[in-house]
Amino acid sequence: MTLRVLAAMSGGVDSAVAAARAAEAGHDVTGVHLALSKNPQSYRSGARGCCTVEDSRDARRAADVIGIPFYVWDMAEEFDRDVVSDFVAEYAAGRTPNPCLRCNEKIKFAAVLDRAIALGFDAVCTGHHVRKVDGRLRRSVDLDKDQSYVLGVLTREQVAHAMFPLGDCTKAEVRAEAERRGLAVADKPDSHDICFIADGDTAGFLNDRLGGEPGPIKDESGAVLGTHQGAHTFTVGQRKGLNLGGAVERRYVLSIEPVNNTVTVGPRDSLKVDEITAERPVWSGCAPLTEPTACQVQLRAHGEVYGCRAVERDGRLVIELDEPATGVAAGQAAVLYDGDTVLGSGTIAATARREHGTRV
Amino acid sequence: MRRRMLDTAMVYLDHAATTAVRPEAVADMTEEFGHLGNPSSLHGAGRRARRAVEEARESVADSLDCTPNEVVFTSGGTEADNLAVKGLYWWRHQSSPRRRRILVSAVEHHAALDPARWMADHQGAVYEEIPVDRHGRVAPEALRAAVERDPDDVALVSVMWANNEVGTVQPVAELAAVAREYQIPFHTDAVQAVGSQPVSFAESGVSALTVSAHKIGGPVGAGALLLARGVEPAPVLHGGGQEREIRSGTLMTPLLRGFATALRLAVAERAAHARHLAELRDSLVAAVRERVPDAVLNGHPTERLPGIAHLSFPGCEGDALLMLLDARGIACSTGSACSAGVAQASHVLLAMGADPETARSSLRFSLGRDSGAADVAALGEAIGPVVERARAARRKRRAA
Repeated sequence: MTLRVLAAMSGGVDSAVAAARAAEAGHDVTGVHLALSKNPQSYRSGARGCCTVEDSRDARRAADVIGIPFYVWDMAEEFDRDVVSDFVAEYAAGRTPNPCLRCNEKIKFAAVLDRAIALGFDAVCTGHHVRKVDGRLRRSVDLDKDQSYVLGVLTREQVAHAMFPLGDCTKAEVRAEAERRGLAVADKPDSHDICFIADGDTAGFLNDRLGGEPGPIKDESGAVLGTHQGAHTFTVGQRKGLNLGGAVERRYVLSIEPVNNTVTVGPRDSLKVDEITAERPVWSGCAPLTEPTACQVQLRAHGEVYGCRAVERDGRLVIELDEPATGVAAGQAAVLYDGDTVLGSGTIAATARREHGTRV
Repeated sequence: MRRRMLDTAMVYLDHAATTAVRPEAVADMTEEFGHLGNPSSLHGAGRRARRAVEEARESVADSLDCTPNEVVFTSGGTEADNLAVKGLYWWRHQSSPRRRRILVSAVEHHAALDPARWMADHQGAVYEEIPVDRHGRVAPEALRAAVERDPDDVALVSVMWANNEVGTVQPVAELAAVAREYQIPFHTDAVQAVGSQPVSFAESGVSALTVSAHKIGGPVGAGALLLARGVEPAPVLHGGGQEREIRSGTLMTPLLRGFATALRLAVAERAAHARHLAELRDSLVAAVRERVPDAVLNGHPTERLPGIAHLSFPGCEGDALLMLLDARGIACSTGSACSAGVAQASHVLLAMGADPETARSSLRFSLGRDSGAADVAALGEAIGPVVERARAARRKRRAA
């Protein structure tokens, strides 16, 4: 069936090849580059981002080569509100957000998808490394590049209107195909980090927006061990940058309390948690799990996968891990899998050790 | 793989962006490209090329009612505007350092606005916009008020002959007369006016006038700045000094011949062409309004170019309309400048008092020599469902 497909083209190699494949499959494809900054130069420069003037030009050239119409959509307002401001607010609240995931949830498969549908398109196509099989998301065959985690927040409805042509091949194959198709972006470097933080200095970005108020670093007993320059620059599980000279054992960030600007640290063992509560559960791959069900969970991008039992209870997702995990940060997504199939996800709100009390 | 290209667009309603090169110009250029010779060379081949250039210059002068030595060839409208704004500022400021103010209308093309702003940012100029009324017109009294605040510190005035977005025609002769009273050089960008308006350099009383070839059936890459006797802008391009030491660069003989030919034909056919465009424009506006009764026609009700219909579609985003029409093979423009492909709210509409939402809801349809009733009919067919769809998308976006 020929679909009217809107291909989101970042200017990178993946989305270019994805658009080319969609067109070759006989769909009626239109390329769209999302302008995410009112001032395109203000975000990342060079070839690593996805919202510079050069990226827009690269996307246009790719669309020319593929032979599809191309436009730029101004999504700067939505991006600033739903991704950048959300990112800052989450850190201010002591959580660790994943902006790529938020962008998929709120921009690519919400604002863009909604507009596309309203304008007569059937689907949004992206270059994510993920497979869609029978309406469910499955990990890419290239596990190093698999992006099912950052798409785990999508609803069944969002997945239904998504097209992911790259899930059945590796990144190396995508690059080779781009070369073969004459797409100049074939050897463009992968994007990394956070596209709206131009220099990669997340702490500096947050300090500019939230101010860097010095505060205490305490241990679990409440004893002050040192001083930090702004609680929001820390992430649970972090070891570097604490500057606790003379400590006899390695200490890790256990929790961040923005209200009293306190960072609590402790030994690695104190990081271990095996019970996770997550908010806003969504289920793209199965009916809501109303009974505790054995499955697997991933707790951060490129993170380890843990066996678990998960259940939705009172609008929250409760996950009991088979073995303890460390460095589980509030604000990240807990994405549930059955093998390589995404079942659903929630946003981590609290973690606990079953024999201990709730800590975060 | 299917290829969709602009060439396959059945309905081209963007002639103000660029229009087809006339076959007569193509023939002249094709012949000229077969010749060898730099017009600045002293040998026979050079003299032959020089003769072609000077014949083109005389033809252009004849078409625009100026003398041949008032014609400075440029690469097009943008270069001519830059030369006028920057060059006149430097010339005037040099002779009296008090002269710092550049007065430009708020609806100028970016080719005039941006050099003026750049001069303010980098060269110590003072940038000042002359306001326009809701039709986009500069009142001579508004210019007078701006000048009379301190006539001695004005370096130059630049007001376009006709606006490229909404098509409003300015009272250029009256405005030029105000500047003349104070011996202030007056530049006008007549890129959109030539071909449908009677443009006489001599009668207009302006000091400098920009014209471009590709808007009137000539090639892209050629244009001219007409400079009245005694008006001596400092050069922007330095080099061989080919054009009266004011503009350097090897003269592009084939393009200049194409320019002269297209201009000669455009001026000769002007009256009939303008009538044809006006009739077509009126039927286009009627066709759109029949389907979209709340569409608003922007610009001056009478003092306007015959070939431009600039319409706001309440509740729509211009870029969505453009995309949906493009998908139906209808080419038009949002009329405003782009930044990295993102359509900005038009500074012209904003200067006319429109709110940003309205400014972003607008499309420019511009007609040309090849336009006909079939184009209007096709737009009439498409516009209803397109607007409906764009409105649904806008509502969705607002609700989110």
